[in-house]
Amino acid sequence: MSIAAEIEVEAPTADASIARAQPHFLRQAIARPSGAVCVVVILVIATACVAATWLAPYGPLEQDLLAARQGPSGAHLLGTDALGRDILSRLLFGGRVTLFGAVIAMTVFSVIGVTLGVIAGSTGGRVDRAITAAVELVQSMPGLIVLLVVLAIFGSSEPVAMVSLGILASPTLVRIVRTAAIAARAELFVTAARVAGLTARQIQQRHILPAVAGPAITQVTLFGAVAILTEAGLGVLGLGVQRPDPTWGNLVADAQDLLREHQWMLVPTGAILVVMSLALGLLGNAIRDAYSGRSLRSTQLEQTWKTMHVPMVATEPKAATPDTDALLSVRDLSVTVNDGTTVLVDAISFDVAVGESVGIVGESGCGKTMAVTAILRVTPPGSTVTAARCALEGRDLVALDERGINAVRGREIAYISQEPISSLDPSFTAGQQVVEAVRHHRGIGKAEATRVALQLFEQVHLPDPARVFASYPHELSGGMAQRVAIARALAGRPRLLIADEPTTALDVTVQAEILDLLREIRETTGMAIVLVTHDFGVLADSCDRALVMYGGRIVEDAPVRSLIYDPRHPYARALLASNPAEIPSGDRLPTIPGIVPPPDRWTVGCRFADRCPSARTDCCTTMIPMSAEDPDRRYLCIHPHLAAQLPEAVHA
Amino acid sequence: MRVVSTIGRRLLRSIPLLFTVSLVSFVLSSLRPGDTAGVILGTGATPEQKAIVTEQLGLNRPVPEQYWSWLTDAVRGDLGRSVFSNESVSGMLTNRLPATLSLALLTLIISVVTGVVLGSISAIRGGRVARALDALAFVAMSIPSFWFAAVLIVFFVVRWEMFPASGFIPFGESPWMWFKSLALPVFCLSTSAIAGLAMQMRGQMVATFQSDYIRSLRANGLPTSSILYRHVLKNSAAPVVTLSGLLVVSLIGGTVLMESIFGIAGLGTLAVEATATHNLPVIQGVVVLFTVIVIAVNLLTDLAQTALNPRVDVS
Repeated sequence: MSIAAEIEVEAPTADASIARAQPHFLRQAIARPSGAVCVVVILVIATACVAATWLAPYGPLEQDLLAARQGPSGAHLLGTDALGRDILSRLLFGGRVTLFGAVIAMTVFSVIGVTLGVIAGSTGGRVDRAITAAVELVQSMPGLIVLLVVLAIFGSSEPVAMVSLGILASPTLVRIVRTAAIAARAELFVTAARVAGLTARQIQQRHILPAVAGPAITQVTLFGAVAILTEAGLGVLGLGVQRPDPTWGNLVADAQDLLREHQWMLVPTGAILVVMSLALGLLGNAIRDAYSGRSLRSTQLEQTWKTMHVPMVATEPKAATPDTDALLSVRDLSVTVNDGTTVLVDAISFDVAVGESVGIVGESGCGKTMAVTAILRVTPPGSTVTAARCALEGRDLVALDERGINAVRGREIAYISQEPISSLDPSFTAGQQVVEAVRHHRGIGKAEATRVALQLFEQVHLPDPARVFASYPHELSGGMAQRVAIARALAGRPRLLIADEPTTALDVTVQAEILDLLREIRETTGMAIVLVTHDFGVLADSCDRALVMYGGRIVEDAPVRSLIYDPRHPYARALLASNPAEIPSGDRLPTIPGIVPPPDRWTVGCRFADRCPSARTDCCTTMIPMSAEDPDRRYLCIHPHLAAQLPEAVHA
Repeated sequence: MRVVSTIGRRLLRSIPLLFTVSLVSFVLSSLRPGDTAGVILGTGATPEQKAIVTEQLGLNRPVPEQYWSWLTDAVRGDLGRSVFSNESVSGMLTNRLPATLSLALLTLIISVVTGVVLGSISAIRGGRVARALDALAFVAMSIPSFWFAAVLIVFFVVRWEMFPASGFIPFGESPWMWFKSLALPVFCLSTSAIAGLAMQMRGQMVATFQSDYIRSLRANGLPTSSILYRHVLKNSAAPVVTLSGLLVVSLIGGTVLMESIFGIAGLGTLAVEATATHNLPVIQGVVVLFTVIVIAVNLLTDLAQTALNPRVDVS
């Protein structure tokens, strides 16, 4: 590991976290066992070195040729070197030089890094550009070579070397502090402070400096290890403080001269460097974890490709489920996170008939996306999917493993997502991605697949298919990208398409075109569609039946016409009433007071009760059963007649 | 066409950098305390002798004039002569370059291949490989390379006599001996490089797993092998390429310690020797050569990025 490599390899992985420093993060860092041990180790070694004059059993240059090249003994705890000098004493005296050098480098590093970083980040404009350019220039130079040039010019001077090291390494810190300062500046309270008339300097001192403290202290600590190893490296190269004066580097150099005769000497001289740099490295990590509020275990280590595979666990059905001739039949589908403690989708059941178009509506946070992605088992890692039944044309999907469900994806059930451009791989052209899907699903050669892909592009009415074929996703408009995504979904000739808010991110005119396209494809191919939306216009336009979701549950399941003219559940009524299309222009938009409760506050009773104008006390306390009288529509409300203000809405 | 104009533009932009670096190091050199003539002639030299040598070296001329004559020579490929041996600096650099380049490139190839493989395995499988990688990364950051090299020498050279203790054998002379002469220093240098690259690779892949397009690919039934080895790999490669570029730059400087410990006559040892003896023309030559290498590496990195990522606009 070259010295320069250590400085530079670290830069890209260095945490430029913009998280605001948690108060007392240093105390928290020390409260962690690893942080506490590191601080103790560093302090003990540093104190012992400072107190070397009193602690060291021998003088640093005191020779005893009769006791040369000895291993550890009572008289010489860490043995002796070629001239019989006591290694422990030399380590203590040498530590003064090495640690003092490291402190010089760290001081220069932090002063330059924090000053320039704060100025660049909080000023912006020309100053920022000048500093960034200077930083890039310094970073593009090989650090150790520049250090050698400086030493050549100024002679082998230890302080000059350490000051130069601090300067050469500071760009890393400048960048990190700048990022943190920019983030802090963007925060509301700084804007408010500026409005309140605080000067730039006051803002820097009161708001920006505290925000950059966490990242800066982390970097300075980590750089401490680099500085110690670099100081030692210069000693090994014979630069800096000259032998026989002890430094930790000179001691390793002494040991290297005796590789054949006295190998023991490598042990203490290397150990002190390893212990010190390990302690600084671990302490730096502990500080970073503390200020960024990260838990003790690294989250990255736990995430792998395998954790992306979410199994579906079979549960006992809550009610008898008669076999249906539905295309897709789902019973008691649940999605939980945090080891099952937080329920995002709560035992929902629904059917999708062949060729049917089913809309799922509800506000954000009601579990719509979770529910549909759970069928395909592409929910986020860490989630758990359970179901009593999930069957496609009578075929059980619950028991399938990842390989089994992957054979269903695309060929039987395809998927398009909310953000068309980011749902396509940015590194491949639209054509490459559709061809790949066609080849895989239809098992045909490249030339044939290219022809099919171009046909699909025409089928989804892409203008100029040949040009789109050769375009990368970022070169497409949202509407075009969604057409490409639909073409890709059609590659496997699926029986069912799950469209997760396919038009939310698009312009209004493009929305209508995409919905028309989906309707047309449905008519020509007989494919069923599950369409997630929060727009009643889309629902009325494109769907046969609607599922209204609230708080992870289906609260109403009805044909779209019935739902729009006669909603039973108060939530469905409220949603309809707040549909902008229904309100005469100029009137205030009615809204549903309150917000969707977060999943950790979902209760057994009706989750809409606290926002419901017709709620009674029993709504919150009892388990609400799904209504069963009408086979064509279901709702999850025990007082539906109270909700219905119009006479025809009162259920018979 | 796009590539050619990119290269042209980058090369044009690198001229000011080269100019600045050489000027700064030249001006700094002229500030050096002490007299070069005295260093060359030793302590017994008379002032007259010193004056003659100073005159010969052109050191009594004004600094801008000295720089101008150095620059005009340098453009023609003449980087001056060593103060002591009177050897041509460009000749010295040519002699020393193969060893350093072998060391740096072999380390790069081994580190990139191993780092990418280890990083990918730990991102895909996790488990033991991932934990081992974590440990390796941590230890590699904390073990000084010069000390690690000494430990390797104790075992592989002194005790088991598997490798030569020092020296560099050119590839043309004997590929096997070439490899043997580089094995230990390359091993030392690659340890931390592998750790850095593997961590970067893993972090990038895990981030890519979470992306919208990977979810869409999975949801549309693309085979795992294609998702991982076509889509995830290509999208995770860009930061690793950047890191590899930085690695080359730092390796070319960082081989100094290994060259010195393993007795390899490379650019690094040349720089150290020149440093210790205040041989400024040589230092100046080394600096210019390193700057050229850094520019070339950055150019290659950018070209690789363009090939990998269609969104990168190099201008």
